[in-house]
Amino acid sequence: MATARPAWMEKPKPAVTLLKGVVIGLIVLVMLYPFWYVIVASLSTAQGLRQHTGFLLAPAEFTLDAYRAVLSGDIVTQSLLVSVFVTVVGTLLAVVLTVLTAYGLTRTRDVPGSRALLYLILFTMLFTAGIIPNYLLIKGVGLLDSLGALILPGAISAFNLVVVRNFFMELPGELLDSARVDGAGEWRILSQIVVPLSKSIIAVIALFYGVSYWNEFFNALLYLQTPQKWPVQLVLNQYVVQASPLEQISFGSRMDSQTAPRTIQMAIVIVATLPILVVYPFLQKYFTKGVLTGAIKG
Amino acid sequence: MSQATSANPPRQVRSDRVHQRPQRRLSARILSARWMYVFLLPGFVFFVVFRYVPLLGTIIAWQDYSPFLGITGSPFVAWDNFVALLSDPEVATATRNTLVLSLLQLVFAFPAPIALSLLLNSLLSEGVKRSVQAIVYLPHFISWVVVISVWQQVFGGAGMFTGVVESLGGDPINLMSDPQLFPAMVTAQVIWKEIGWGTIIFFAAISMIPTEQYESAVVDGAGPWRRMWHITLPGIVPVIVLLLILRLGTVLTVGFEQLLLQQPAVGADAAQVLDTFSYFRGIVGGDWGLATAAGLVKGAIGTALVIAANKFCKRFAGHGAF
Repeated sequence: MATARPAWMEKPKPAVTLLKGVVIGLIVLVMLYPFWYVIVASLSTAQGLRQHTGFLLAPAEFTLDAYRAVLSGDIVTQSLLVSVFVTVVGTLLAVVLTVLTAYGLTRTRDVPGSRALLYLILFTMLFTAGIIPNYLLIKGVGLLDSLGALILPGAISAFNLVVVRNFFMELPGELLDSARVDGAGEWRILSQIVVPLSKSIIAVIALFYGVSYWNEFFNALLYLQTPQKWPVQLVLNQYVVQASPLEQISFGSRMDSQTAPRTIQMAIVIVATLPILVVYPFLQKYFTKGVLTGAIKG
Repeated sequence: MSQATSANPPRQVRSDRVHQRPQRRLSARILSARWMYVFLLPGFVFFVVFRYVPLLGTIIAWQDYSPFLGITGSPFVAWDNFVALLSDPEVATATRNTLVLSLLQLVFAFPAPIALSLLLNSLLSEGVKRSVQAIVYLPHFISWVVVISVWQQVFGGAGMFTGVVESLGGDPINLMSDPQLFPAMVTAQVIWKEIGWGTIIFFAAISMIPTEQYESAVVDGAGPWRRMWHITLPGIVPVIVLLLILRLGTVLTVGFEQLLLQQPAVGADAAQVLDTFSYFRGIVGGDWGLATAAGLVKGAIGTALVIAANKFCKRFAGHGAF
């Protein structure tokens, strides 16, 4: 046996093992097959897909045409660039703001007023104003139809802030105190002691922010009118979910008035998902750790 | 705070103080923590502008708001918007749909991760357990737009499912646009997306159960099934109760994007919930005051429910979530 097993955990009956195996196999299949179906369908020809309507295990007449069409510089390509920009800039900004604010809130006894601020922030987790007042604010500050409307409103999540603050509070206080005695300023303590010790939690919140910026849909629907500024999720909604005819949303270079072929729809789904699938395995190991620190002590 | 106000920080420690640290003058404490204020400033501005200013904006719930007149120019109409909500047939539909979907999720989507974590916990191989976990967490990180797109490709009018049905001689079938099936589909989508993620907290609870309990159960001759039933399950009951009560607190919130995305396909009768009502009535329909009032009422009831749920938890389970 590869893993150490407590002596009291005897091997179960073969029938039970088989049953569990079948159930778990089914669960894995239900979780993964839809993705697989969309991947192989996006690699099929439109003709092939029309003939093979049922289950697909491999592409029906393999071709990269759908991806060529999607990445040829039209609205989907443009929207991918927008999404990458929003995700990179947003995540950087959000991580910096969250770390600074979280650290600022760690010494409520020494920093007059910071406890009050903490309560103000916690209150926002409990009660929010709703869609319309947020829309009016974005309009009022002139962010309507700008990418700032996608980046700024999500720049600090109170939940992530609490997770990071809790992590900072667990760091050995003697270490920070002795640095203070040695004359280190708060900036040096934060940048040279606290942040290096907190890499794992910073990776977790960077992932959370990155995923939420990449997946941002409703803010884009609400605040952006110009199709050139749309992120990929919004394009996906128009092309695929609502199946709008192409001419409505392309920049005028195409004149088709038909819904995008299914292969193209699938290719858009894949390019909108791929970045998540790519970063997922690398950061997966940090997930539970970060979530639990937040959930249990938050 | 200028240099002058804090020129000589008084440093004497009074012996009758019970505080752990000597209390210095406020201005001196502020000055010595000045870097902390620099760190806090952007966050402070963020929360004021993006979280508290919109709260002030809810004042338009008491106005006949018009974008041309603005908040300062629109006339106040007292409680008219709230009264109008009560007699609006769409509000009644949205409330009913919200409660039905919420109830379905409570009955089916809430227990699903518990069952899955018990199943995975019973696996002997750590490697298999971890790989399965990694797979079932995945949909949590996929956007609702992608999830609905994928479901459409599988269950929609041109999708795989209808292809299979037709090849077996059945009629074409679109499971994604049928208002009758919609509540079931919504619940299934939620389970598919969140079942794995939901197991995390139950796994943590299971790992807290002392191993000795299992050891002595084995000595007493309890098999795997009885150990699960009499040790694992009771061991996580406090967490289940806590999460259930907190879930009851959010009974008025059902997946907003999930429903918004599917509403054009299934129609408002089946897919209008309280949050989407606010959006369609306000942003799309231009009935700003009424939509804000709807959001405000929903928010207030939701907050009251969460606070009540937390109070209840504290009394019942000895600790709340906050």
